Amino acid sequence: MGSYWTAFLVGGLICVIGQLLFDLTPFTPGHILTGFTVAGGILGGVGLYDRLIEFAGAGALLPISSFGNALAKGAMAEAARSGILGVLTGMFELTSTGITSAIIFGFIMAIIFNPKG
Amino acid sequence: MQSYTIERKIGKQSVLLDKTVTLVSSATVAGPKESLGPLSAFFDRSYNDTILKEKSFERAECHMMEEACHLALAKAGLSPDDIDYFIAGDLLNQVISASFCARRLAVPFLGIYGACSTLTEGLSIGAMLLQGGFARNILVATSSHNCSAERQYRYPTEYGYQRPGYAQWTVTGAGAVVLSSEAGEGPRLESITIGKVVDAGIKDPFALGVAMAPAAADTIYNHFVDMAREPSYYNLILTGDLGGVGKKLNEDILAGKGYTITPNYSDCGVLLYYPHQQVGAGGSGCACSALVFLGYFYEKMLKKELQRVLLVATGALHSPTTYLQRESMPAIAHAVSLEI
Amino acid sequence: MKQPKPPLLKNIIYAFLFGGGICTIGQAILNLFVTLGVPEKQAGNPTVATVIFIAAVMTGLGVFDDIARVAGAGIAVPVTGFANSVTSMAVEFRREGLVLGTGSKMFALAGSVIVFGVVTAFFIGLISALI
Repeated sequence: MGSYWTAFLVGGLICVIGQLLFDLTPFTPGHILTGFTVAGGILGGVGLYDRLIEFAGAGALLPISSFGNALAKGAMAEAARSGILGVLTGMFELTSTGITSAIIFGFIMAIIFNPKG
Repeated sequence: MQSYTIERKIGKQSVLLDKTVTLVSSATVAGPKESLGPLSAFFDRSYNDTILKEKSFERAECHMMEEACHLALAKAGLSPDDIDYFIAGDLLNQVISASFCARRLAVPFLGIYGACSTLTEGLSIGAMLLQGGFARNILVATSSHNCSAERQYRYPTEYGYQRPGYAQWTVTGAGAVVLSSEAGEGPRLESITIGKVVDAGIKDPFALGVAMAPAAADTIYNHFVDMAREPSYYNLILTGDLGGVGKKLNEDILAGKGYTITPNYSDCGVLLYYPHQQVGAGGSGCACSALVFLGYFYEKMLKKELQRVLLVATGALHSPTTYLQRESMPAIAHAVSLEI
Repeated sequence: MKQPKPPLLKNIIYAFLFGGGICTIGQAILNLFVTLGVPEKQAGNPTVATVIFIAAVMTGLGVFDDIARVAGAGIAVPVTGFANSVTSMAVEFRREGLVLGTGSKMFALAGSVIVFGVVTAFFIGLISALI
């Protein structure tokens, strides 16, 4: 999925949207990245984000919005399989990698490194 | 019941001191960025890292304040035993740099919080204690540290984000000064004006200069009115850390009230760094006014190159909690007039 | 100095170049995993883990924030930003202990991304289950 130039283009454009929000709105990075995640979830809900991933590969997978998409997809998939309770049980199926890696590598770095300031 | 007249109170906010309150010695300790700035030759001790072989940034900041205190005492030929009160403050929660420094000094301690206005708040309180005969020698100190402040007020120090161009850089450093009512060489505190808290409604914690300028203007205005003086009375009017943006705002507000300070006005935040050091609108923090005044201008006064200086340190009195609760940032400025 | 506006054009150009660049490198990593035998649909996971690892190391070495000052959203929006927010908190608060510092504060910055991602997914999932 994706190609080098679609990854570059789409990834770059998504980041440009982020930069415009950083510079032109009073919202903090925390707000804006949360917004991206929610947007990814909504786009995932209507099936559009998967098509973006197909087209742009890493250009759609790496932005934080894909995290929202993965959570939404997980919830929907499990709900389709096992009923409405699947919304609670299936959510982290597809995204455990991101959170697990962040925790493990963050923890290891905290053991090895000191803040440089 | 006897009634007492307040002989020294002038006008609404000012106090006139007689000849007894002298700044007999001062000492400054600077961090890496400050040591690369234009005033580097004037600091007593410079460090080229922010951790100083301590276990945390907080301990490093306390270390700097302790060092400044010991240097100031040594220069005055005094020991901690000679000091009646230690008045100090810093930016950290519960004012820990000052309190932990006081633990080492073992001198009666008055901890204060004025954010970046701590230096002149300390000088004001010290001056009044000396004027009233409640002490003979007082040690005033303040410190700030870029990393400990960043960690407490904003983000962890390795977090990747872009600061706005008008943001200021918290100074890493400490300053200490010995005030005495006994005979001594040095600039004397001639009068002080205690500031009122002024809130301009600014909510952006990066826009410190704009938040503090109205408080600075208010205190300076009231000083001129109380003391019946014009700006030209002083060789130099010096604000603590309004930065490039706040400095201009301060000038404009005062001009609107009929006082033009521009010809002899400067700001410590603007003077401490070179433009290429990427500090946005300039320096901020308790140590900003301490390093610039106690390091550089104190020397100039000793050499009589400046004879009348109005030092106005300015502080923003918000906290991370009030910011998150969408409060604006009230500010304060205290003015001390020095003569030699 | 009047309140200076951000250098918008410069920031956008850098955001585009860094963001595009990071995603291109990610695409190369993804292709690498595919050639190593990972099915294409699942190659995203090890790719994300690798990128997070790289960003965590850069944060630990103290270079991430220097790059982010220039790259802005170009490095903050991809998962590199998420990794940096977790790692920088973990590293910074180690001083307050591994359990009460690193452990408790690690997600102070990134937590809302997880919380709102989950809340959004919950409602999306509910809606999809009900229609």
